[in-house]
Amino acid sequence: MAFLHGATATHSGPKSGLKSRSYTPYLLLAPGLIWLVTFFIIPIFSLASTSTMVRPEGAQIGTYVQELRFQNYVDAFVANQDQYIRSFVYAGIATILALAIAYPLAYMIAFKSGKYRNILLVLVVAPFFTSFLLRTVAWTQILGDEGPIVSTLKLLPFVDDTLRLTATPFAVVSGLTYNFLPFMTLPLYASLERIDPRTLEAAGDLYANGFTTFRKVTVPLSMPGVVAGTLLTFIPAAGDYVNAALLGNPNTKMIGNVIESRFFAVVDYPTAAALSFTLMATILILVTLYIRRSGTDELV
Amino acid sequence: MTTIAPPMPSLSHRASRWFSRNLIRIYATVAFVYLFIPVAYTFAFSFNDAGKSNLVWQGFTLDNWKNPCGAPQVCQAVVNSIEIGLISTIIATILGTMIAFAIGRHRFRGRSSTNLLIFLPMATPEVVLGASLLAMFLNLRINPGFWTIVIAHVMFCISFVVVTVKARIASLDPRLEQAAMDLYANERETFRHVTLPLVMPGIAGAALLAFSLSFDDFIITNFNSGTVSTFPKFVYVSAARGIPAEANVIGSSMFFIALIIVIVGQVVSRQRKKS
Repeated sequence: MAFLHGATATHSGPKSGLKSRSYTPYLLLAPGLIWLVTFFIIPIFSLASTSTMVRPEGAQIGTYVQELRFQNYVDAFVANQDQYIRSFVYAGIATILALAIAYPLAYMIAFKSGKYRNILLVLVVAPFFTSFLLRTVAWTQILGDEGPIVSTLKLLPFVDDTLRLTATPFAVVSGLTYNFLPFMTLPLYASLERIDPRTLEAAGDLYANGFTTFRKVTVPLSMPGVVAGTLLTFIPAAGDYVNAALLGNPNTKMIGNVIESRFFAVVDYPTAAALSFTLMATILILVTLYIRRSGTDELV
Repeated sequence: MTTIAPPMPSLSHRASRWFSRNLIRIYATVAFVYLFIPVAYTFAFSFNDAGKSNLVWQGFTLDNWKNPCGAPQVCQAVVNSIEIGLISTIIATILGTMIAFAIGRHRFRGRSSTNLLIFLPMATPEVVLGASLLAMFLNLRINPGFWTIVIAHVMFCISFVVVTVKARIASLDPRLEQAAMDLYANERETFRHVTLPLVMPGIAGAALLAFSLSFDDFIITNFNSGTVSTFPKFVYVSAARGIPAEANVIGSSMFFIALIIVIVGQVVSRQRKKS
C-alpha cells in the first residue's frame, strides 16, 4: 500500500521533528534492510544467474551450470508467448472491471454513507478475511457445472445444455476481478474521502450539474486513488496463477502457471527464471510508464 | 431542495424517480451481495454432511464444527500456518517499525534508495518473489522447509509494516513531543512515554496486517515450502478432489475471528477518542 500513502500523504521535505544525529538512523535501518537485501535483492540476482544456465548433456535432472546462454530468454518467450500476452490481457480486463465495480462503491462510502461509513468499510474488507484460496474454490463450485448458476441458466429456453462457466476465460477474469477488489476499493476510498465537499459545492455554485461536477472535479481529484488502485490490482493479477489453475482450463494458462510448472513439474529452472525475470522487467516498465503518464511522480 | 411536483405523477414515473434517486444505494447493495457470495457459500457448506467430497449439498450436520480436525492433515497445516504467521509477524514488525522510525524521525543519506528498497517488493509479483528466493535456495543447496517460509514471509511483510507505521508517525502532532521535552523529559523518556504509546496503534495494525498476509499467502509459500504444508497450500492441493468441509469450518472461523478483532479495534479507538 505504498501507493496509497505515497498518493495521499503528499507532504514532503524536511519536517521540524526530524533529527540529524549521525549514526542512529543507520542502526535502526540496518537489520531490516539487510534482510531485504539478502532475501529480496540477492535472490533477484540469483534468478538472473539461473536464467542463463544450461543443463549439461547427460546430467541429472535439476543440475545446471552457468554458460551465460541468453538465448534462453528468446526460447522461453517464443515457447510461451501466448500465456505471456494472455496474462497482461486478463490482468488488464480484470483491472478495468474492478475499477468499474469499485469506483461507485468507494464513492458511495465516501459521500453517501453518513454514520454507517465505518461499518461499510469493514464490510468491504471482511470477505477477504476468509482465505484467498477458499474464496476461489467457492467460486469454482458456485460457477461449477452442478452449481446454482449454471443449473438455473439451463432452465431458460434459449440456453444451451452444454453451457459451462468454469474452465473458461470468463471464470478466470471474474476470479481475478473478485480477488483483488479490495486493493482497488481502499485506495479509491482514501482519495475520494479527502475531497473537500466545498469544492463540489463550488462547482454547483458555478452552475455545473451533477454529472459535470463529477467529471470535472471528483474524477480528477480522485486520480491518485485510481492510479494506486489500478497498480495494486494489475501487478498481483498479472503474476497470479491460482485463479487460472482453479477456474481455468489448459487454454487459459497464464505466465504464473508456466513458471510454477517449469519449476516443479518440468524441473526446468532456467526457463522458469527467464520467464520470471521478463515478467518482473515488463511490469516495472509498465508501472514506470503509467506513473509518468498519470503525472503522479510522488507515488514512489 | 424544493421541487415542484408535476400534476399527478404516474406510478411508473414515481418508481423511476425513486430508482434514480436511490441508484447508488441499490448499486452498493448489489455490490455487497457480490462480495459476500463466496463467504456465505463457504459458511453454508461448512455444515454440509459431505463425507470426503464437499461439492454437492448432502444434508445439514454440526459434526464438522464439533471436530474441525476430522479431515487428515488439515489441523497440522493450520498449526504450521499459525506458527509461521506468529514468528514472521514478530520479526517483520520489529524490523519494519525500526525502519519506519528511521525514515519518519531522522535525516540520513540514502533516504530515497531506502524508500525504493521498501517499495520494490510490493511492486513485484509474488510469483517472481517466490521464484527468485527458490532460485537462491537451490543455488545454495538449501532444502526449502519451515524456516525458508518464515524468511520469505518476513521479507514481504516488512514493507507493509514500514508503510503502515510510517503513516502513523507522520500523523503525530510534533507538539506533543515538544511538550514532553519542555517538561524536562529527556529524549529516551519522551520516546518511551509519549512517542511509542502514540505510535502503538499503528504498530498493532501493522502486526495484524503482517499476520493476515502471512497466514493467507499461497504463491510465495508454495515456492519455498518444500514438503511443509500450510493452510492455503492444503486447500490448493485438495481443491482438485473437493476440499473437506472441515476446511470451510476453519475458513469461516478465521472470518469471524478477524471480524471480531476489527470491530473491537474500532470500538476501542472510538472510546479513546471520546475520553
